[in-house]
Amino acid sequence: MVEKADQVFVLLQHWLISFLPAVLQPAAAVLLGVIAIVCVFPGLFALTTIFERKGLGRIQNRLGPNRVGPFGLFQPVADGIKALIKEDIVPTSANPAVHFLAPVILVVAVFMGFAVLPMGRNMVLVDMDAGLLFFFAMGASTELSVFMAGWSSRNKYSLLGAMRAVAQMISYEIILLLSSVAVVMTAGSLSLPKIVAAQNQYSYGLPHWYIFTPWGLAAFVMYAIAATAETNRSPFDLPEGESELVAGYHTEYSGFKFALFFLGEYLAMFSISGLGTTLFLGGWTAPLSVLAWIPSWIWFFGKVMISIFVFIWMRGTLPRLRQDQLMNFAWKFVLPFTLLDLLVTAFWRFMGEGWLRWVVSTAILAGAYVFMGRVGMYKEHFGSRTYRYAE
Amino acid sequence: MGITFYLIAAITLAGALAAMTLKHLVHAALAVTVAFAGLALFFLNLDAQFAGFAQILIYIGAVAILVVFAILLTRGSDLPKDGVFSHTWFVGFAIAAGIFAVLGWAVLASAKALPSESAVPAVTVHDIGVVLMGRYVLPLEIVALLLTAATIGAVIVALHEKERAR
Repeated sequence: MVEKADQVFVLLQHWLISFLPAVLQPAAAVLLGVIAIVCVFPGLFALTTIFERKGLGRIQNRLGPNRVGPFGLFQPVADGIKALIKEDIVPTSANPAVHFLAPVILVVAVFMGFAVLPMGRNMVLVDMDAGLLFFFAMGASTELSVFMAGWSSRNKYSLLGAMRAVAQMISYEIILLLSSVAVVMTAGSLSLPKIVAAQNQYSYGLPHWYIFTPWGLAAFVMYAIAATAETNRSPFDLPEGESELVAGYHTEYSGFKFALFFLGEYLAMFSISGLGTTLFLGGWTAPLSVLAWIPSWIWFFGKVMISIFVFIWMRGTLPRLRQDQLMNFAWKFVLPFTLLDLLVTAFWRFMGEGWLRWVVSTAILAGAYVFMGRVGMYKEHFGSRTYRYAE
Repeated sequence: MGITFYLIAAITLAGALAAMTLKHLVHAALAVTVAFAGLALFFLNLDAQFAGFAQILIYIGAVAILVVFAILLTRGSDLPKDGVFSHTWFVGFAIAAGIFAVLGWAVLASAKALPSESAVPAVTVHDIGVVLMGRYVLPLEIVALLLTAATIGAVIVALHEKERAR
């Protein structure tokens, strides 16, 4: 029974393709997986928009959408219909072919990333030997589509937004890659199912997730920062700074093309949360060995949704950074710290089992964190913190 | 050589031709990106996953962006007035044809010299990693040193420019 619940989608797939002749079965299995991904994640996107607007409303002490359906739950449906029937405006001086292709390429590239994510036991579309590399290759392709959108609109705000977005995504992509390298060094594989399998062990009922090691925690924090910047989420949402750039690179998009950009942003959030879950939070494995009877896909999607909640929480809490702060933070703090973390991971790998490696790696990382923080803050002369309230 | 080979070849050649003939510089850069993607597909078609994805990551994710940035930051994306073809295009064509002929000759000659292997050896990413960190670790380190030197050089060039502007 437990086994059946865990494998319900895999069994469903096998049952559905058993009606077809044997020649067509492999192709049909892949097609079914693609259909599932293309249906589930946009559905999740619709749920997340209402969740985000309600959550932000809660954080800002207001109600949020509450008019469409019970508790405003049908708001995404209304939004979708609105986007579909809106007029599609292309500026006269825009470059029509590139303007049309940009959102399409963005959404396609983002969808490709889901192909290698293991979403449950035996639930991965393509078990690639170089899965992690494939994921990052697809992530890199989205940068070009952002540039295409900004450039083809023939609008200075769009172009400035696109340049900001691309500069930011390149800077933080290095950090994203390097923080994942720490995991690859320990697991010894670029295949995501193998990385999950390496974390699927328990001692004293507690899991061997990489976040529960000193280097893993440091790498996870760096990964989370880079992931937030990579998906242009607050506090790194300068490319769409409303007060300066109207809406950034998608200023000149309307109707369903705009909806595609919106979809692309949220899908990128899902896929990057899914990758973070896979690399550091044990993927589809249960957090306690006694909870292993709960189906693996519930754990994966639960962890992804918790990450999404943290994204929304940060958006409601933190103010936007300035461009120079963003770049200084990436190149002068996060990048050196990630490189140091790689060194610590190598120590961890070769010091063997025992408590000594815990002490050494924690000491190095904590010491470096305090030292770099002090050096970075040295010139700033911050006084003691003061609070001012509206009267 | 199945139908996929000819499809990918058509995409790659179309991208390269468009990059050569299109008037707009940014369009040409985007067309080059299509050619890069075609090359990556060739690697994947040959079951070389690592090379294929590295091609996408480096050429589409970095080189194409660099080209586009360079175009925007230097001469703008205006259309040139006097055509896109240089007056000495036939010299360039002759050199390119010569190089193509030499490469083609070398490839065809090497195919005869090598013993024909019945099965293609399966090279996993793991094998590539082990070889890079074992047998070829010295070349890897030399390349790393070279790239670090180039990065420092670029920073120094940028710094110099800034001081002169003051």
